[in-house]
This record gives sequence, structure tokens and C-alpha cells, in this order.
Amino acid sequence: MPVDIDIAKVARLARLALDDEELERYRQQCEVVLEHAARVQALPTDGVPPTSHPLPRTNAFRDDVVTECLDREEVLSQAPERDGDYFLVPRILDEA
Amino acid sequence: MSDLADLTLAEASRGLRAREFTSVELLEAVHRRAAMTEANLHAYLTLDRDGAARAAVAADSAFKAGTDLGPLQGVPVALKDNMVTRGLETTCSSKILSGYEPPYDGTAVSRLRDGGAVIMGKTNLDEFAMGSSTENSAYGPTRNPWDPDRVPGGSSGGSAAAVAAGSAMVAYGSDTGGSIRQPAAMCGIVGLKPTYGLVSRYGLIAFASSLDQIGPLTRRVEDAVAALEVVGGHDPADSTSYPGPVPDYRSGLESGVSGLRVGVVTELNGEGIEPAVQEAVDRTIARLEAAGATIVPVSLPSLEYALSAYYLIAPAECSANLARFDGVRYGLRRLGENVEEMMSNTRAEGFGPEVTRRILLGTYALSAGYYDAFYGQAQRVRTLIIRDFQAAYEQADVLVSPTSPTTAFPVGERTADPLSMYLSDVCTIPSNMSGDPAISVPVGLDGAGLPIGFQVMAPALGEPVMVRVAAEVERLAGFDARARFASSEVQ
Repeated sequence: MPVDIDIAKVARLARLALDDEELERYRQQCEVVLEHAARVQALPTDGVPPTSHPLPRTNAFRDDVVTECLDREEVLSQAPERDGDYFLVPRILDEA
Repeated sequence: MSDLADLTLAEASRGLRAREFTSVELLEAVHRRAAMTEANLHAYLTLDRDGAARAAVAADSAFKAGTDLGPLQGVPVALKDNMVTRGLETTCSSKILSGYEPPYDGTAVSRLRDGGAVIMGKTNLDEFAMGSSTENSAYGPTRNPWDPDRVPGGSSGGSAAAVAAGSAMVAYGSDTGGSIRQPAAMCGIVGLKPTYGLVSRYGLIAFASSLDQIGPLTRRVEDAVAALEVVGGHDPADSTSYPGPVPDYRSGLESGVSGLRVGVVTELNGEGIEPAVQEAVDRTIARLEAAGATIVPVSLPSLEYALSAYYLIAPAECSANLARFDGVRYGLRRLGENVEEMMSNTRAEGFGPEVTRRILLGTYALSAGYYDAFYGQAQRVRTLIIRDFQAAYEQADVLVSPTSPTTAFPVGERTADPLSMYLSDVCTIPSNMSGDPAISVPVGLDGAGLPIGFQVMAPALGEPVMVRVAAEVERLAGFDARARFASSEVQ
């Protein structure tokens, strides 16, 4: 089954800034893989439930007790940019 | 054995307790071997000489004080560089995590430290464990110790090469579609993927969460059992961790295979398998039969679709998991006009081609309009695969196949063709899809002198019967890789 990918849209969704040449290369490679992967559509699966996890478990609880958490200074020391106890990022909102 | 670096884990464990040598001496021998081999192999990304030296001294003090923390006390261990280690650089072989020093130890790592293991350093992998050759590393490929012009397999290729060459006594890797077993096969050692959930994934940098599992790479089956015992068991920090007790793997190791039913999987033998590999596998099956096992052919028809389903499920999960690498909290950051541009620039520069490709594949497979035809259908096929395994285990106690359709292939052969690379995992992916345990045991060499791996699969929590059969396969094969590496040819 031929697969037609809007690769620029997919790259935008995935937050990957790729140029036109890269987009074209990935489009071709992804289409080859997806054409192989699309073979799963040949298998009849009416009434078959999906498996999201091999050993089904729901709601794994732990005891509600206070435990140690990560050291704030150690965590923040890895930040590309920080301001005191905050991670610093570029502007999120446009200027009003 | 003249060089301590060539000991098995069991031999080292005995020697340390008998005070024939110290942990410091053992570490020195393994470091000497690394000094001889690393220039050619590049198994390690980071060697933590100071940390290892301190751990070895501590282990020797413990032995002197009569403290016994288990089979890895004082033993040099290498960790795949996707297992987070507090304060020790952890990169996943990616530029996006260059320089990252995690603020915590993963659970498996903590258990190793608590067990007195000497953590030597971090081994090379395909970036974020995505690959089958350890060529997709931002820090350069690892080579196969049997032939440096060939790949060691992957993605745990650094761990496999280190154990094969003697620059680690035991190593740990992760297996999402064969990443422990396939490199073990290609490097002539044992690789064990436990039942999903048996080893905590807390602190394993996630690739595909419903498939990922940590496991050991060792020289002997009994060593893999010991190495699994140290890290296995329930962990409240991983909600998918198996809550029951760790089974007794060890008791059956000497029991042989008499009376066991060994299923030969039709879909994973014969077609598409290199003749030399299939011959070695057939020979092993004949030996198992002569040793008292009943051989039964079994068919799992849906396995024909396992690879296709895997290459939808794994990229889908990867695209979600790798969303966390956004230039905010750790790792690389590339500037942009706004936060979205910063993230897009960071990710485009930080991820290599294979990771980028899988993120794109997964994003597509999960996107509106395609979700049900791709990801949803793959999940239903996964159910059919699990049902096929359940039916097969009605007829057989274990299932067997080659681990990899080929022996180690030449460096560069498959890098330009992703699909041909993906096909090298065709025999290992099914056990990840079902969550069942599987092990690769070396059984011989092909005409070019390259190792061949034999895979034994078992139902969930079937490790005891799996290692029982694996130990017999090992005895019957009489294969000893150390003969190759005990010599100076290693350089």
C-alpha cells in the first residue's frame, strides 16, 4: 500500500526544525518503512482488543509515605539556563 | 586461566571469596585489557577510573570484614549509557544529552551499588538504543572484537563487545526489540532479556516503555542468572514493575532437558536465515533431542506481522517518550526567537538521523486520521501475537530459534537502508511484543569465524525453565569464546 506523508506537518508536530532537503530524505525513508509496516492492515482483527502493555496492570499504588526527592541544586545544575531556583526559557507568549 | 580479565563471573566470585586475588587486582586486570582493546573497539563512552577504584577498595574491605553482599561484590561491571548514574555522565550516545550528569541512580544501578559491584563505566549504544549495530552513536561506532571490520550488533553493542573482549566481566544492557540478545549473539556471549517488568525501568532512559527491559550480558548462563538476581525484583518507583517475588532461577541449572518439550518455531527458522546459522541451530536442536528433550514443531502465524507491528509501536512510544528532550531542564539547547523555535532547533540538532526518523514515523503513526489504521491496528496485531505464543506454550515448555538471521555484518553495510537494518531483529522482536523472557547462547562459529547465537524463549516468568534449557545448550555446544581473547590477538 503506497503511503503519502505530509512530512513538513509531521516534523512541525514533532518539534524538529528540518530543512527542505532533510524533509525530502526523511519522507522517502519513512514511506519505505511505513509501506512495510502497513502490512499489519492485511491481518483481520475484527473483535480483537488492542494490547498497550504486555502484562496488564491497573493502578499500581505505593504506600502514602514521605520519601526522599531529588536534590534541587543537583537537578538545576543540569539546566541549560536558570534563574535562581527556576528553569529559564525564551518568551512563551507574544507581546500584547 | 592466566589473566584475571578472562574469568567468568562465577570463577571471579569464587576466587574473591577464597582470597586468591583482590577486587583491586581484578579491576587492574580488566583495566589493562581495556587499555589494550579500546582503541580498536570503542566499547566505552566513559571509564570511571576513580569511582571504580573506590568501589574495588570498598569491596576488598567488605570481604576482609566477612561481609558478603552477593555474587557481584568486587566484580567489574559495565553499564549501557542509557542507565542513569548519579553524577556520572549519561548520554544515550546522543548529542542532546552531551555532558548530562544525572541527579539520581536508576534502581538497577542502586541495586548494583548495594550489591558491592564495581561500576567501571558506561558503554556505547545506538543513540537512545535505536539500532542494531551500534553505528548510530554520536560518539562513533563500536567494533566487533571477533573482527573489527564488523559491527558488534546493537543496540547494546558496547556492553557486548566489552564482555567478549574482557574489558568488563559483566555488563548490563536494555532490550526493546533484541538489543541485548542480538549483540550477545554477534559477540559470542550470553544475553538475557527478562520477563517484562522483572527489572525496574526507573532510571532507564525510555525508548519504548511497553517493550523496554534491562538485562545482563555475560560469558556464561549461570553468570547471567546471578547478574539478573542482583537487579531483579519489585520496585515501587516503576508502576509496571512485577509485584511478585523473584523466582528461583538457579535450582534447575544442572537439571538437563530430559522430559522437556522444545518447540521449534516454523516462522523463525529456515526462510531468511543464513545457512551457516541455521545449520548451527539445527545441530543444537538435534543435541537437545539426544539429551532427552522432545522436539515439537510449532507455528505462530501472526509472527509474520510482528516486525511490521513493532515498527509502528516502538516509534510511536519513542516519539512520545523523547518529547521530554526540549532544551529546558537538561542537555543541549539551541536558541530561537521563541520557546517553540528553541525546542525545534534543539531537537533537530541534538538527535541523530535514526532517532529523527523514528520520531517522525511515530508522530505520523499517532497523528489524527492515521492512528487507528497504524498504531491501533499494530496494537491489535500485538494481541494476536500474544495469543499465538500462549497457544504455542500449550505444546512446548520453551521455544527456540536463531537469535539473529545472520552473523555480524560489515560496518557500513546496512546504514543507508533502514529496512534492511530493521530485519536483523526479526527473531528477537516477538518476545518483546509478548513481554516474555528470552536468552541468547553462543553455539559455534560460521565459516568466517564469527559467533552464532541460539535463542531460547519461555512464557512470562518462565526464566527457570528457560535458563535450564540454556545451560544445557551451553554444555552441549562446548563453546568457549575466551580461547579467542585470552591471546594477544585482541589488539
